[in-house]
Amino acid sequence: MLDAAFFRRWMTGAAALISREADRLTSLDSPIGDADHGTNLHRGFSAVATALEQEETPTPSAVLTLCGRQLISTVGGASGPLYGTLLRRAGKALGEAPEVSREELAAALGAGVQAVAALGGAAPGDKTMIDALAPAAEALATSFEAAREAAEQGAVDTTPLQARKGRASYVGERSIGHQDPGATSSALLFAALAETAAGGEGGSDE
Amino acid sequence: MSETGTGPVGVVLVSHSAALARATAELATGLAPGGGEVLIEAAGGTEDGALGTSAALIVAAARAVDRGAGVAVLADLGSAVLTVKTLLAEEDELPPGTRLVDAPFVEGAVAAYVSAAAGADLDAVAAAAADAYAYRKV
Repeated sequence: MLDAAFFRRWMTGAAALISREADRLTSLDSPIGDADHGTNLHRGFSAVATALEQEETPTPSAVLTLCGRQLISTVGGASGPLYGTLLRRAGKALGEAPEVSREELAAALGAGVQAVAALGGAAPGDKTMIDALAPAAEALATSFEAAREAAEQGAVDTTPLQARKGRASYVGERSIGHQDPGATSSALLFAALAETAAGGEGGSDE
Repeated sequence: MSETGTGPVGVVLVSHSAALARATAELATGLAPGGGEVLIEAAGGTEDGALGTSAALIVAAARAVDRGAGVAVLADLGSAVLTVKTLLAEEDELPPGTRLVDAPFVEGAVAAYVSAAAGADLDAVAAAAADAYAYRKV
């Protein structure tokens, strides 16, 4: 079962990974976006890490809700409300349980992904974070590693697509041939989850 | 949903650019009949003055113009729209009766502010702003 400590390790692990990959995210965002994705997410997840040190988060839901709130208020770009909505909806779906199963987390993230798709109006294949998040949340019902691989594959598979949502859609056909930055950061979120599960004392169910 | 407050409806302009939000607010107040209480606030850019969106600036602006009759929020692009929608759906910091209005930014801001200054309720302010989409230029 996954307790609040597991979720804190996941989110601080995600913050570390985003920090390491911030330059790569920004360079992916340069040809098709406004070259701020890495900077914005790094700012948001730094605030997440700080908030987790300062505030009590007794349940998995409390961790995700706090982190989502930080992202909404600190990122400054569209990824803030989108990732914020993902985490807050997933947090709400987990209720007040002190521990949750991987399957419950998969279902909660599935609800979060639906809320993100509704907020941004994006469908699979639009070359957005949904292309990594949707298959990853589904694969999480199988295993953490399957979710990581599905997210990574989903991100890689955005390269030949033409963007139909977000800032990249303004460049039309020129978005073809570039991996989507949002799908790439979504894959980092699931990579951090798989690493937390693989490394974690008192948190993994595998 | 009808609002019960007695004061005027507030208007908040959310843009990626602080300068654009501020200038649009000035345009709207400049085109409205004077005399009444000025209830329009700009929430442009990030807190450190860069291009982007600040949830804190949006919340502060909405609270500043709230007189209990509702707040009409107009937003320009991308994260400005998404941040307002997320604040409405996920958080409880915006005043009750805050609404994202579906309208073109500049024309909608002028229409919203002029109707709010004339004493229209939130539904009428939102409708006036949305009607700005019907103003064709060619």
